Amino acid sequence: MNNAVLRLTDVTRTHGAAPHEVLALRGVSFAAYPGELVAVMGPSGSGKSTLLTIAGGLDQPSSGEVSVEGVDLARLGQEGRARMRRTSIGYVFQGLNLIPALTATENVALPRELDGVAPRRARAEARRALEEVGILDLADRFPDNMSGGQQQRVAIARAVVGERRLILADEPTGALDTETGEGILQLLRARCDAGAAGVLVTHEARHAAWADRVVFLRDGVVVDETGTDRADVLTEPAAR
Amino acid sequence: MSVKHALLALLEQQPMYGYQLRAEFEQRTGTTWPLNVGQVYTTLTRLERDGLALAEGEDGEGHVIYRITDAGRGEVATWFTTPVARTQPPRDELAIKLALAVTVPGVDVGTVIQQQRSATMAALQDYTRLKRQAAGSVEPADLAWSLVLDSLVFGAEAEIRWLDHCEARLRRAAAEHGRENWRLDDDASPSEHQFHRPAGETPARGAR
Ligand SMILES: Nc1ncnc2c1ncn2[C@@H]1O[C@H](COP(=O)(O)OP(=O)(O)OP(=O)(O)O)[C@@H](O)[C@H]1O
Ligand SMILES: [Mg+2]
Repeated sequence: MNNAVLRLTDVTRTHGAAPHEVLALRGVSFAAYPGELVAVMGPSGSGKSTLLTIAGGLDQPSSGEVSVEGVDLARLGQEGRARMRRTSIGYVFQGLNLIPALTATENVALPRELDGVAPRRARAEARRALEEVGILDLADRFPDNMSGGQQQRVAIARAVVGERRLILADEPTGALDTETGEGILQLLRARCDAGAAGVLVTHEARHAAWADRVVFLRDGVVVDETGTDRADVLTEPAAR
Repeated sequence: MSVKHALLALLEQQPMYGYQLRAEFEQRTGTTWPLNVGQVYTTLTRLERDGLALAEGEDGEGHVIYRITDAGRGEVATWFTTPVARTQPPRDELAIKLALAVTVPGVDVGTVIQQQRSATMAALQDYTRLKRQAAGSVEPADLAWSLVLDSLVFGAEAEIRWLDHCEARLRRAAAEHGRENWRLDDDASPSEHQFHRPAGETPARGAR
């Protein structure tokens, strides 16, 4: 199967140098297909964020290969990876990474504008994304004047704005109450049902359960996997 | 589960025959706890013996219709106002299995925990899928079913949290005491990682 939106092949990532090196990932192979939401679970320090930043081209593996929509990220170079991040990849950071000097709308519109979308159109798209996450009324506020949960929703709007093929979300429901958290999952799920591939890092089992597959990480190794297998997804699109 | 009380509660709405009772029960609870119709009729016979329900003749198609009695109404009221006894927590078998796994030599506790976590997670995925399908309906029976699903979700979630907790505690204990059979991770040879299970397209892998 070659149509994976994201494919990691035997990826390792070592932080620091011997004798204090940390093996954050130790030979991880992982794929996410169009229409699929994959959850990644594991204890703190098991390598979830490392996996996601490498998948998103924000960090490079020490060895192994990462491809997004069939393109090897290592061959793309710095500039190409940055472009890939703006156009194909939506990323929700574990720390939210909103720009304090920009309003909610401006934060969400930024990746689109950087990619050459006309400002008016980018802002209209941003407002639609903010509406989807339920905070259109805060469109002109600055991050500092929002609650943690509201900022989180801005970060999610920023990740789903435009036609992203790959959505990577690191604990996107962290600061949200159960109800709002479910709303975010509904949104991620809808994007995946519409054809995007999603990877969701979470420590909440009830949130991971929205995924088609759940991958378990321990000490930088994928130790197990659960969920509907590909054949079922293809033959029963609406599930049981 | 008290089939007796569930059927009585349904009869309080209106007189019904066996198949109807089963259908009404499953409409509210899904097929989570399937009732066979033989079980329904055995229960109805006992309810009649105990004076809680009455067979009041057949409908045109030969179904025996049952009606609740005043004593039966009293029984339902008592059932609703009495908390369910927590004498047999449903997780007992798992708790006992783990208690034995950590004490019986040679058992790979890490694998026991992970396999259970996977199985419970898969069940949680099923419940969540069913919940998504039931979402949006305003039918009382669908709402009832969705509340049953919520209960299953909370139960599975609690079990997974407990398994995570067990794993973390066992890891800590292994680090502190170096007890062999508590060891969840083999630092010396990651390629023989104890979780290793050949599965799917992302098999467990050691370094290099
Ligand atoms: N820049 C870095 N330098 C050194 N070690 C690092 C660095 N980044 C991560 N690590 C280490 O790599 C391992 C994996 O970290 P990672 O952030 O991927 O974990 P995580 O699974 O996301 O944890 P959490 O649930 O706490 O977010 C950890 O042991 C961490 O300390
Ligand atoms: Mg992390």
